Amino acid sequence: MRISKDRIEPDKLRDELVDRGAGAFVSFEGWIRNQNEGQEVVRLEYEVYEPIAIKDGEKIIEEAKKKFPVLHADCVHRSGLLEIGECAVWVGVTSAHRDEAFAACRYIIDQVKVRLPIWKKEHYAKGHSGWVNCERCATHGHQHSSTVASG
Amino acid sequence: MTKRITVRYFAGFREKAGTDEEEVNIEVATAGDVFALLKHRHGSTEPLGHCKVAINDEMADWSSNVNDGDTVLLFPPVAGG
Repeated sequence: MRISKDRIEPDKLRDELVDRGAGAFVSFEGWIRNQNEGQEVVRLEYEVYEPIAIKDGEKIIEEAKKKFPVLHADCVHRSGLLEIGECAVWVGVTSAHRDEAFAACRYIIDQVKVRLPIWKKEHYAKGHSGWVNCERCATHGHQHSSTVASG
Repeated sequence: MTKRITVRYFAGFREKAGTDEEEVNIEVATAGDVFALLKHRHGSTEPLGHCKVAINDEMADWSSNVNDGDTVLLFPPVAGG
């Protein structure tokens, strides 16, 4: 688990996971999109509390490795100011077969989104800005729990 | 019993409190009591159930005990990814 102030380079991260025993590689990239809930977004700012984000991110990756028979797994999340189209988060998993790689990748990104102390502030075209709440909290009165898998 | 606690605020909570950290001498038993401070002192209306708390850099529950000298970190709803 890494937190990066610099641009994520998926190809380099993928190369770090290369393994001759792997028959599958699955990755997820979260990108900055240009709108949210009807508002035009011009850039996004991530705040990360790194001591816990790294420590608990490692825990999530270890949980995924225990739940699914994968070879390698890694996650990188950006901090700081990001422009539209930039990669905000990357998850990569290798395994012998595809099913466990898909499942582990999904587990890691879902848990990262609901458990790690990371916040994002959207800057809008009209000049104002706002912190983004967890979409499920806002729409469903969802209460976070470390045992709940995100959907 | 009055305890000396360091409270750290993040993201929207920091903006609401106007500071990223403050030391307080208060009678608190649990992390939930510290959250009430944010509500009463700084006017936060965020429901506790949407937020998270850590004590001395370990994720904790709202029912976790707070001891003299602890640093309590109050996290508004997270939004990674």
